[in-house]
Amino acid sequence: MKVVMAIIKPFKLEEVRDALTGIGVHGLTVTEVKGYGRQKGHTEIYRGAEYAVNFLPKLKVEVAVASDLVKKVIAAITGAAKTGQIGDGKIFVYPIEHAVRIRTGETDADAL
Amino acid sequence: MTIKNWLRAGIPAFTAAAMFAAPALAQGPTIDKADTTWMMVATVLVLVMTVPGLALFYGGLVRSKNMLSTLMQVLYTVAIAILIWVIYGYSLTFTGGSDFIGGFSKAFLSGIAPDAAGATFSVGVAIPELVFVMFQATFAGITASLLLGSIVERTKFSAIALFIPLWLTFVYFPMAHMVWYFAGPDAIDAAAKALAAADAGGKAAAQEALDGVLADAGYIFKLGAIDFAGGTVVHINSGIAGLVGALIVGKRLGYGKELTTPHSLTMTYIGAMLLWFGWFGFNAGSNLEAVGSAVVAFVNTFVATAAAGLSWMFIEWIAKGKPSLLGAVSGIVAGLVAVTPAAGFAGPMGSLVLGLVAGVVCFFFCTTIKNAFGYDDSLDVFGIHGIGGIVGALGTGILVNPGLGGTGIFDYTTGAVAEYSFGTQMYAQFMAVVVAILWSGIGSAILFKVVDIIVGLRARPEAEREGLDITDHGERAYS
Repeated sequence: MKVVMAIIKPFKLEEVRDALTGIGVHGLTVTEVKGYGRQKGHTEIYRGAEYAVNFLPKLKVEVAVASDLVKKVIAAITGAAKTGQIGDGKIFVYPIEHAVRIRTGETDADAL
Repeated sequence: MTIKNWLRAGIPAFTAAAMFAAPALAQGPTIDKADTTWMMVATVLVLVMTVPGLALFYGGLVRSKNMLSTLMQVLYTVAIAILIWVIYGYSLTFTGGSDFIGGFSKAFLSGIAPDAAGATFSVGVAIPELVFVMFQATFAGITASLLLGSIVERTKFSAIALFIPLWLTFVYFPMAHMVWYFAGPDAIDAAAKALAAADAGGKAAAQEALDGVLADAGYIFKLGAIDFAGGTVVHINSGIAGLVGALIVGKRLGYGKELTTPHSLTMTYIGAMLLWFGWFGFNAGSNLEAVGSAVVAFVNTFVATAAAGLSWMFIEWIAKGKPSLLGAVSGIVAGLVAVTPAAGFAGPMGSLVLGLVAGVVCFFFCTTIKNAFGYDDSLDVFGIHGIGGIVGALGTGILVNPGLGGTGIFDYTTGAVAEYSFGTQMYAQFMAVVVAILWSGIGSAILFKVVDIIVGLRARPEAEREGLDITDHGERAYS
């Protein structure tokens, strides 16, 4: 079991969700985050004060899947989230030790 | 002047036309219902300027962790100003005494019946004195609230709670007295007519009587300085007090290095537009009558404001590359400030020019000057109200000239508009500005120091970091 975690541009969420649904992944968690990589921020001016704002708003999408599904998930996310411009994001994969469905008590593969 | 027994609290005995200290009116002055209505409306308009206008204008500019602190400090200030005004502030400001302060003859509003007449700027025309009392109470409230903008986000509520009533008492009341207190048109007119009617034997006494009436006025008033709605009393006063406070309290933690951006310019916009809305009461209401100069002030409050909003916007567009909403609303406020002393005196085209100038000058002070000196006048009270007030006060001296479309200054002793002299008037305006700066600067500095010793001005660093909403008030603005 793995968590596939993707940082994507916020407007790409619906496309990514549709792509994941298309390969049979029906649950995900989304968090609003800020970050930067190679994409530069912007300048904000409030009267006399100028601020270089480096952090850009992004979305973190996390899905927990069986290990044999990871390659398909990465391909789906990449295909949906890519624009070709700097700032498209990154994908990381973490191992999971255990998983539990709270309502029924199912564990591991049955919980995903 | 009769000195009333001020222990007789203000439950009005419905006595007709009580003899009050000043201004004294001839028997049976006409209280016009339209004027009374207008003044009641104007009073409420000025109240709205502060709560919620100024409160939201300021609140939107601070970080969300300090939103409630800002709203609370403004609300407290208005409430305490109203109370001390009716208890002793009105009396100290608007009764005779010395050039610098009045007396306690009207403390607790004693002797002022609901039907008691208060003077306007026209002979024989009156409004209920109680309405004038409350109109002026709202001015005290907004002036004290303005200075808060310089010291937000790091000044403890307990310090504000102690400072504000002290500041109103020792800085604001004398300032308002010096600029606005005089014996009133009816007293001057009556004394002047008595002098004209006196026979040769009575001339000397009648002259002395007139001189006495003219001397019964505030120091700055007697200098000949004019200030229609409070450029000196409200704006220079609060602007200087704010700057002094910012220097004494010190900069916010992380100022200049960390992000201290406004948390809601939407709120600031709402507040600024409420300020513009209410300012019609502030300026046009300062005529005390719904006629003449009130209409002049009404027009100027549109024209100067729009001009300043656009001039700030355009200069920022050129200088910084983008016109910001904050810049536009700041220009709007700067225009309102600058036209305040000129409102009932300048012509519309003069106000237009005044607005254009104020927008640019205030922009310069809020950006270049402020960054050069590095002081943390957090919400630019000095840059907009202080500097805008100075521009307006000096501009009034120029624009009151009938040759430039101004109204000229009415002389009650002759019953006609006095001849305009640029040199004389500008000197008077300049002196008014100097006195205002010195009085406010020195008085505010002393009071800030006193409050610092008694309760401490500044929040602890941990409290400032966490946010004053939690540490002073135990609340969060947003969940």
